[in-house]
Amino acid sequence: MPDKLKFVNELLADRPIPTIPDSPRSLVTPSSRADRIFRAINVGAAMASLVVMALIAGFLVAKARPALSAAGGKFFTTFEWLPDDSPARFGIGSMLFGTVVAALIALLIAVPISIGTALFINEYAPIRFRRALVTVVDLLAAIPSLIFGLWGLSYLQPKLNGPARWLSEWLSFIPIFKTKVPIFGSSLFVSGIVLALMIVPIITSIACAVMAEVPRVFCEAALALGGTKAGMIKEVVLPFSKGGLVGASMLGLGRALGETIAIALILSNDFRIPHNVLSPGGASVAGTIALKFPEAGILGRSALIAAGLVLFIVTLLVNLAARAVVRRTKAPAGAEGRK
Amino acid sequence: MSTIDALSSHSPRRTRTFGQREVTETVVPIVVSLVTTTLLFMLTPLDGGFGFVLIAAAIFLAAFYVSVRRTRGAIHGIDRVVGVAITLAAMLTATPLILIVWTVFRKGIPGLSLNFFTKTMEGVDPSSGPKVGGALQAITGTLTQVGLAMLVSVPFGVATAVYLNEIRGRMSPIVRLMVDAMSGIPSIVAGLFIYTVWVIGPGHGYSGFAASLALGILMLPTVARTSEEMLKLVDPSLREASLALGSSQWRTVSQVVLPTARTGIVTAVILGIARVAGETAPLLMTAFGNDKVIGPVRALHEPQSALPLLIFQLFAQDQRQRAWTAAMVLVLLVLALFTLARIIGRSRKTG
Repeated sequence: MPDKLKFVNELLADRPIPTIPDSPRSLVTPSSRADRIFRAINVGAAMASLVVMALIAGFLVAKARPALSAAGGKFFTTFEWLPDDSPARFGIGSMLFGTVVAALIALLIAVPISIGTALFINEYAPIRFRRALVTVVDLLAAIPSLIFGLWGLSYLQPKLNGPARWLSEWLSFIPIFKTKVPIFGSSLFVSGIVLALMIVPIITSIACAVMAEVPRVFCEAALALGGTKAGMIKEVVLPFSKGGLVGASMLGLGRALGETIAIALILSNDFRIPHNVLSPGGASVAGTIALKFPEAGILGRSALIAAGLVLFIVTLLVNLAARAVVRRTKAPAGAEGRK
Repeated sequence: MSTIDALSSHSPRRTRTFGQREVTETVVPIVVSLVTTTLLFMLTPLDGGFGFVLIAAAIFLAAFYVSVRRTRGAIHGIDRVVGVAITLAAMLTATPLILIVWTVFRKGIPGLSLNFFTKTMEGVDPSSGPKVGGALQAITGTLTQVGLAMLVSVPFGVATAVYLNEIRGRMSPIVRLMVDAMSGIPSIVAGLFIYTVWVIGPGHGYSGFAASLALGILMLPTVARTSEEMLKLVDPSLREASLALGSSQWRTVSQVVLPTARTGIVTAVILGIARVAGETAPLLMTAFGNDKVIGPVRALHEPQSALPLLIFQLFAQDQRQRAWTAAMVLVLLVLALFTLARIIGRSRKTG
């Protein structure tokens, strides 16, 4: 028996005391069988996402292998798509080019608009208007991409002919605006703008969440020191949310890179590298998969799956990087957020 | 007269004023911008309403800056211009929604008739007028596929949310990362995956069920992450009270946490449905399309139509009128789902 207990026993010698067990009682009770089954089921279900992601990667690699081994390194540098010809000539060079250019145009337009909208929602709008605008942004995110595509093709594209002609006439010293024949539409420019409209709600809602984390005390301090609202935004809100805004833009980029049906409807799916962004031309990875899939032969489908694999890897990397950036900037040190 | 009296004799200072000076500051730049833009459009080969609005807005911002700077100084000039630019950005965000809904309804309504909801395209020449044939096969197809997708993704999604928020196992960060990564999968890749793993494998060909598998993959991350947010809103004291009364974790989650978060989880599911109901790309390589109505059981191994798929195919065949009517029905469906989610979500907060 330990010394301490002996001392206690001597002190309370004439009182009856319960026997004290030799070892301390366990603080954790064993969980019941129901609990163990419950946990096992939930762990299993949570693993489903891991399994699905692994399966996607595995199956795409397996089915893409015939095409990848047929094309080799030329898969990234060939600017044609004739996988079912003999000899087969195909590569995703021009598609990657089109996808990236359209996504960059979309980002260029969408990022300022989204940040502006998020600032309006967080700093300027009266409370009732704020709710309405948040609903509008959520609704825009819910509109199917097919509808964006149809609308972009039949409503927006004719309206963009004027601005496109203006760009080609007045800014033709910039190579991407230099057109040989004044034919516009079905271009990377139009698809970039439609993509921009589609990614604005995504970037805006994340930017809103990021800006809501900016410590209110600092904003109020800036105003109390006599700063204007614009000054407060420039010196407090934007520096604090900079990382989150970069992450939000990257999530928008991920969505723009993977967007399929809207671009498939608008672009003319031409596999030559277009010389400018205003004339018809260009192709996108996802759009080509959707358009070429029904008519593709065996090697053709394998080639399309290979293109899908590239798209999967690129969007996965962009998304993971974006999430990492957003998460790291979530909690600014030394200050509590709004709420 | 004391100082206090002198001060109180004034009416309370107004914190915000919009008087003579503000009106001049605003109206003059508006006039300047409109006049300059009109002149510019008359003198140079510019045309189109879009360009006009853009150039007018740019000139207005410049003129507004100059006019505010003249009366209040550069700092206030910048402040005002930034405020107006931000407001314009917000308006620019809201405009497409109005334009899209307006366009879809304007083009869709002429093709609307009762048989659109009661007849199919079986044996119908798609170029015949709107009084013949309909989209019943597509409407039922979408409902079947979304329903089956729910069966797949809702149990997994809610269980994942419970794992992330209630069990908080060692794998939580990895699971959360993977769910996030899953939400970024392009829909066409989900379609390709189901094609390789099911359609050319055990599925023996295109089927509505294959489509619901692809939709389930796309729906899962939305359901999981939104449900997780909803579980976070459950008051911890409820959870602790249940545990303190001696109930097991299974009892606590099933009898206290999930019932409390019920409406929130319903909202999560509806948002997931709204996300996938309009997906087109994965259906091209899974559901494939059909002119006949295919029931839920036959959808397990037979090709099936769906609203987005029908719209895409009709558009490719240049059957614009039918495509727009189907698009209108699809937009109505998505908007209705979204509104439902909002109403349920709101009743949760008030009641």
